[in-house]
Amino acid sequence: MPELYSEILLDHYHLPRNKGELPGETLSVEGANPLCGDEITLHLKFEGDVLLNVTFTGKGCAISLASSSMLTEILMGKTITEIQEWIERFKEFIREGKAPDGVDLGDLAALAGIAKLPVRVKCATLPWSTMKEAISRYKGT
Amino acid sequence: MKSWEEIRQDFPILNVKINGKPLIYLDSAASSQKPVQVLQSYCGFCEQRYANVHRGIHTLGESATSDYEAARETVAKFVHAPTKDGLIFTRGTTESINLVARSYGHKFIKHGQAIVLTPMEHHANLIPWQLVAKAVGAELRFWPMQEDGTLDFEKGRKLLDNSVAMLCFTHISNVLGTVNPVREMIELAHQVGAKVLVDGAQAVPHMPVDLTELDADFYAFSGHKMLGPTGIGVLWGRPEVLNDMDPFLTGGEMIREVWLDHATWNEIPYKFEAGTPAIAEAVSMAAAARYLTEIGMERVHEHGRGLAKQAYARLSEIEDLTVYGPSEERGALATFNIEGIHPHDIAAILDGDGVAIRAGHHCAQPLMRWLGVAATARASFYIYNSESDIDVLVEAIRTTKKVLQHA
Repeated sequence: MPELYSEILLDHYHLPRNKGELPGETLSVEGANPLCGDEITLHLKFEGDVLLNVTFTGKGCAISLASSSMLTEILMGKTITEIQEWIERFKEFIREGKAPDGVDLGDLAALAGIAKLPVRVKCATLPWSTMKEAISRYKGT
Repeated sequence: MKSWEEIRQDFPILNVKINGKPLIYLDSAASSQKPVQVLQSYCGFCEQRYANVHRGIHTLGESATSDYEAARETVAKFVHAPTKDGLIFTRGTTESINLVARSYGHKFIKHGQAIVLTPMEHHANLIPWQLVAKAVGAELRFWPMQEDGTLDFEKGRKLLDNSVAMLCFTHISNVLGTVNPVREMIELAHQVGAKVLVDGAQAVPHMPVDLTELDADFYAFSGHKMLGPTGIGVLWGRPEVLNDMDPFLTGGEMIREVWLDHATWNEIPYKFEAGTPAIAEAVSMAAAARYLTEIGMERVHEHGRGLAKQAYARLSEIEDLTVYGPSEERGALATFNIEGIHPHDIAAILDGDGVAIRAGHHCAQPLMRWLGVAATARASFYIYNSESDIDVLVEAIRTTKKVLQHA
């Protein structure tokens, strides 16, 4: 079994956290990798600066689905500034293949192997770039 | 006669371990591996006989030119071309088709005429024609397919009327494995005065191809899918048609006389070989053709058909797995999906077992839409594969299902 398909990743794939529609959402944003056929929609409920609730729907490979599930767990209840910090941390993590100094990535650490698989990086990144788009749309409203 | 086991031993890459496992290479439809005879041909030529061609008067200029022209003759014989003068070395199938689209299509296909294609074309035999159609104001028509992924002959023949300028289609589908009735289709097209281009990228490596008998106006294929190197391929064109066409790329070699304000063209095939060609690549593509000829293309064909048939049967037995394309008479590949599992995950988990397959849209997005999927997984076979490779494939797919299928 390839290292990437770890127990933690498979757990998020088989039992995704916060998967489903979000009644009363503030906005939803769709992200897609047309070449893979991955389509992830993030549903977000904000109160001022705080992301009160976040869920996801869509289809994709195990990596993009697990990464979406992890994202919802990490960002739930965070402020916009904190979310932006997490998006930057995630980018650095994927680029370097290890956690930025002093940061506990939690389950996300299971994606460390992806740095060595350039073809799969966009799968892991999809929900995070969708989140970035969501923040810029929310701030623009 | 070499046994299949002896043939396997000619491929050094099969000794490489992938994730600690023996390599099971099932991606030859994307690109084939190279036997030591081809690698030695490349090195030997560069070590002993290399220089630029058609220019130098020195000894190496002569030896390189004679090897390059001998390669043209060998490859022409390999596909039973009526004459080697119509055999143009290109970078590959893609460039060959673009050459025809640009040099024939733009000049001879007129406003209001039609170009007939099929929905199973590789992007390389679709997009060049989209551009021609747009540029000259021609219409694109698509030969319909039946449920099983074969062409609907009766519906297709009705598309062929006097307005059709060209029929362009693949000999063997790189996704469905469908073997198209090339001879009959060419005959129908010629009856209405249309020219025919056949994309032979998946056919020439796997079956005997006789260009004299097929009577296509243009036939394209690549070196790297038939045990040769990358960066070399062939366009065979009917000499009288090639003579009427304008050059594709321009520069050195393709000219006869050059003045400051105009130039005249060299004879074919040189008119279409501007610049320094891929000399060592052409020489080793010929070595690949000789290697295949020695095994015998009939035998290669039987081997591939046998593996494809067995793969189709074995994969079809797996629950929730769909194999695409016709069940009988197929090219040496099997394209499939497992319900609820993304093909990229299938390919990644198989790789953990040393099994290399392709996953994605296979440069055939319109065909993916026709199948109603975003992507598929594909196992493709060649002379270095055996039945035991299919055993490993099936076992690895069962593991994948266990790991990824939701309860």
